[in-house]
Amino acid sequence: MSRDRAIAKAFDRAAAEKRAALVVYATAGYPRPEEGLAALVAAADAGADVIELGVPFSDPLADGPTIQKASFDVIEAGVDLPWALELLREFRRQRDTPVVIFSYLNPILHFGVERFISAAVDAGADGLLITDLPVDADPELETLFESSPLDLVRLIAPTTLRERARYIASRSGGFVYYISRTGVTGARSELATGIEEKVAELRAASEVPVAVGFGISTAEQAAAVARMADGIIVGSAFVDALGKRGVAGGAELIATLRGALGRG
Amino acid sequence: MIVLSSARDLVADRFGLFGGRFVPETLISALDELTAVYADASADPSFREELEALWKDYVGRPTPLYRAERLGEAAGGAEVWLKREDLNHTGAHKINNALGQVLLARRMGKRRIIAETGAGQHGVATATVCALFGLECVVYMGEEDIRRQALNVFRMRLLGAEVRSVDSGTRTLKDATNEAIRDWVTNVTDTHYIIGSVVGPHPYPAMVRDFQSVIGIEARNQCLERTGQLPSVVVACVGGGSNSMGIFHPFIGDRNVALVGVEAAGDGVDTPRHAATLTLGKPGVLHGSFSYLLQDEHGQVAGAHSISAGLDYPGVGPEHSYLKDSGRATYVSATDAEALNAFQQLARLEGIIPALESAHAIAYVLREGARWAGRGPMVVCLSGRGDKDVAQVAEMLGQ
Repeated sequence: MSRDRAIAKAFDRAAAEKRAALVVYATAGYPRPEEGLAALVAAADAGADVIELGVPFSDPLADGPTIQKASFDVIEAGVDLPWALELLREFRRQRDTPVVIFSYLNPILHFGVERFISAAVDAGADGLLITDLPVDADPELETLFESSPLDLVRLIAPTTLRERARYIASRSGGFVYYISRTGVTGARSELATGIEEKVAELRAASEVPVAVGFGISTAEQAAAVARMADGIIVGSAFVDALGKRGVAGGAELIATLRGALGRG
Repeated sequence: MIVLSSARDLVADRFGLFGGRFVPETLISALDELTAVYADASADPSFREELEALWKDYVGRPTPLYRAERLGEAAGGAEVWLKREDLNHTGAHKINNALGQVLLARRMGKRRIIAETGAGQHGVATATVCALFGLECVVYMGEEDIRRQALNVFRMRLLGAEVRSVDSGTRTLKDATNEAIRDWVTNVTDTHYIIGSVVGPHPYPAMVRDFQSVIGIEARNQCLERTGQLPSVVVACVGGGSNSMGIFHPFIGDRNVALVGVEAAGDGVDTPRHAATLTLGKPGVLHGSFSYLLQDEHGQVAGAHSISAGLDYPGVGPEHSYLKDSGRATYVSATDAEALNAFQQLARLEGIIPALESAHAIAYVLREGARWAGRGPMVVCLSGRGDKDVAQVAEMLGQ
């Protein structure tokens, strides 16, 4: 059951509405496993165009304190990769919003790469993003992912050299994830500088849309980035809202951010 | 003379299946830069001269190869030779690598240094070289290790380093390493990360091995000089695996020399509390490389346990995984109790108090020495001294 180009279509729809797309990250099973489905549905209904479903890992070395804590909490509560796929299957029965599975490499290796791809596709996943699998780190593995029905979303950092950035952009599926700053995930009071220029360059080099993430938590930041990019990615702010104000609080944040994305 | 990897050697980022660069994209340019700068330094005689001069005059190399006769007698008549890395400045082999890397940091113009530490020996070595070169130094250390290695924490602070306590996850070396990587991802443009073992993404495992191979090069020459033959076996403890990789590497081509790595078995390999990664792990990705890894049934990294903070790590250097699978090296383990016994035995028999890490290698000698008796020299890496462990051992022995 392949869902043809669902991510691209979601970005196209946002563009047709003259706004940036909203990509929302949620740690699977957070704030509590029994609320995991409600959190995804709430994000979708409040305006998320694409959902990144985070598979918790014991050693989330690219994540800041918010997502670290969420990961540890849900692992403690029994969430693992098969559980996250089951959550996705449930979600897919209720909503059509494209979903990118967001994971570190080890849980997928442990599960088995080919087994994972078929289980993820079967559960209704559209894309895959692996934090610690940079381009060309493992050509054999990357070929398996790239030749699967899943879009392999690639990350580009401010430190990525120009030629490599173009190369990554050309190999990214679904969208390109531009990391707005060096550092781990998490809310910041100010946006990084130089985003506009980088994004413009990447858009020229890429056949897929360019979305910007890391450090976006407020409507002002969302609005500023929405003027430069095809999409914005919100992770820690949503996880933080879920943790502190529950599913309703998360939904409220997403609705606010979604309202800030118009290009006027 | 040590052999540093050339640009050509550094093209390959794997040891067989193991190794690689499984890190966030943000770090790729820094790893490329480090690889290029290291390759340049390898080809530059002045780099080697400066490093060797520091090893000699500052560290006190070469370290002796010492015939431990009373230990040998107690170990069933084996001919035991100890490679005395415990006599290095700062008390362990860690300084060999820290000096090499700080010279590279200087070449890269990076003025801020970060490190992770378990037992504190690598943290002390890094703080020392930063003091020597006037660089800012931040060391990440797990809360649990700060408790059991208070002396080393104070030493690092005396040397001008900032020690940051890590209270996430296991509160030991694994999570200290996570936190150091997070710092590096954030401050990568002005910071060099001095990894203390043969772990992490390429080029670290090859580079740290090269710097530590001075141990094996000296030991091989000394053994030939003193005994007229190569050792029958080389023994070293394995956590991440830097002292063992350093002493093994120059012997890899000597096919008749057995290589034995001793992992920490904690409460025992038949219990859940151990750090015997090569003995019981399964290949996976942690801290940037693909290698044997202790993990649970969901692919989460399992907490390790060892009496020794320096071996309390669920991963292991990828080249060890390669040596294990190729059969060139053999990996065994010693329990906390065996290590604690060896710690005391070496003190009584030889007047040498070993680090708890190194005591695992001594425990193997005591347990298996009789098997090696009459078969030629047994060279054992005494990777560090035990001053740092005295308070912890006193507590454990109820004194």
